[in-house]
Amino acid sequence: MVESGRKLTFAAHAALILGVAAMVLPVWLAFVASTHPGTDFLTGRIGFLPGPGLIANYKEALFTGSSVSGFPPVGPMLWNSFVMAMAIAIGKIAISLLSAFAICYFRFPFRVTAFWLIFITLMLPVEVRILPTFEVVANLGMLNSYSGLAIPLIASATATFLFRQVFMTIPDELTEAARIDGAGPLRFFWSILMPLSRTNIAALFVILFIYGWNQYLWPLLVTTDQSYYTIVMGIQRLAAAAAEADPVWHLVMTTTILAMLPPVAVVIAMQRLFVKGLVETEK
Amino acid sequence: MQAKRVTFGGGIVPYLLLAPQLAITIIFFLWPAGQALYTSLFAEDAFGLSRQFVGLANFVALFEDPSYRASFAITVVFSASVAGISLGLGLLFALAADKVGRKAMVYQTLLIWPYAVAPAVAAILWWFMFDPSVGVVARGLRAIGIYWNHHLNGTDALIMVILAASWKQVSYNFLFFLAGLQAIPRTLVEAAALDGAGPWLRFRKIVWPLLAPTTFFLLVVNIVYAFFDTFGIIHATTGGGPGQSTTILVYKVFKDGFESLNLGASAAQSVVLLVIVIGLTALQFRHIERKVHY
Repeated sequence: MVESGRKLTFAAHAALILGVAAMVLPVWLAFVASTHPGTDFLTGRIGFLPGPGLIANYKEALFTGSSVSGFPPVGPMLWNSFVMAMAIAIGKIAISLLSAFAICYFRFPFRVTAFWLIFITLMLPVEVRILPTFEVVANLGMLNSYSGLAIPLIASATATFLFRQVFMTIPDELTEAARIDGAGPLRFFWSILMPLSRTNIAALFVILFIYGWNQYLWPLLVTTDQSYYTIVMGIQRLAAAAAEADPVWHLVMTTTILAMLPPVAVVIAMQRLFVKGLVETEK
Repeated sequence: MQAKRVTFGGGIVPYLLLAPQLAITIIFFLWPAGQALYTSLFAEDAFGLSRQFVGLANFVALFEDPSYRASFAITVVFSASVAGISLGLGLLFALAADKVGRKAMVYQTLLIWPYAVAPAVAAILWWFMFDPSVGVVARGLRAIGIYWNHHLNGTDALIMVILAASWKQVSYNFLFFLAGLQAIPRTLVEAAALDGAGPWLRFRKIVWPLLAPTTFFLLVVNIVYAFFDTFGIIHATTGGGPGQSTTILVYKVFKDGFESLNLGASAAQSVVLLVIVIGLTALQFRHIERKVHY
């Protein structure tokens, strides 16, 4: 039997508690900052305890924005982020389900070619094709639009491979039975494959929602119109303003909290699906 | 690559099913990547009026450019530090959580959520803590005689972005290490304990070797993360500065392309990054293949 090792267990708890503290501290300090009125920052009175400005700050950030630095309210940005995250998650799942279905359940010329074309996207993150992709989107007239924010990001090799793996585990007898009962390919897809992949879809959705919400470089490139800013990239404009003469730290930190709240809430609320999705997509 | 044994006839159906995925792949991935490759072989004047084939001259110029070489060096330091710190802490917390047993779930919940925080947002959190005039940490450091200023001091700025990037990544490594540890058969560890091996010896001789595939996989993932997903960290806070001290490669390709409008150099940088991604992806897949053969 492994020794119970009280000292070791104690050390383990201590390490974990320190770890949790290190994870929480930056967010706690941001939260504290988001509850102090802007003037408190000038006098350096911000410590470890919340101040009286919580409601005022969040109201100002969400609905008025900062008039001094010309920063728009972040309420609409939250909405834009939500739309983009949903569009990316749903779009990626939809087109990946279809392509995985085609690759698994049909034999046709260029099947393997199609597979490799999809595979190559793994090696082409936005960062390595940044200018030309921007040009394509500009030429298609998709700058400053929801379609420009979402569509170029919804090709997904990872999701296609994941669904391919799921489909490969589904017994052939089911397909045979469906065919004997007269089901065509689309009927089979909708009535048998979809229900059987439900938990995989849900797990992937959690991961992709976070992925979409946290996009930074892409929205930065394709939006110049403030009404299409997403909150994660919009925050940078505000931080830049804060570095200037008139710091608006209270608004920056309020926006920071607002920007991380939705994805963090999703992870905590759907922890089991999140872990499943994370582990599956990296297989 | 195999398909199912039982398939549908279909005719045009599979092509229609693949159409959306392939259309997006070709329009937004393959075509721009081809453009980047093509542009990297040309020199263009500042107004975009004429271009001239120059072969590999852009690449030669790139590697002769001291600021690009500096950026490469910074990226290596940055990535190695981020991977080292976040893997080390991830492993430490995973070992601890594995040790405490059933109560590990509570700690898991408390440790994994930073994964959901965007890199740019994580960077702002640390930027604020270390801010020389309002940051709590900077004030604490001043009390012990360290005058932190990431606006002026390049080393301070680099340390700040490394900490922010690592903070966000620990949770990911923790999850995978914990899964890896829980997959190690208890009987092996218990047998070693019966033979008189202490915790450290058991870790070195049993746990660490059995964890090696996980560690290798995470190492590649962490390097990819540090190379490519950290653009927001730099852009939202230091802007590559002060001076050039935090200009990592992905930030430089953006800056040279969009701010300096140096298209040939930016395209050549894109191609260099592309080679790096291909190398890392190949590493990752070789690892997966090995796992299959076990």
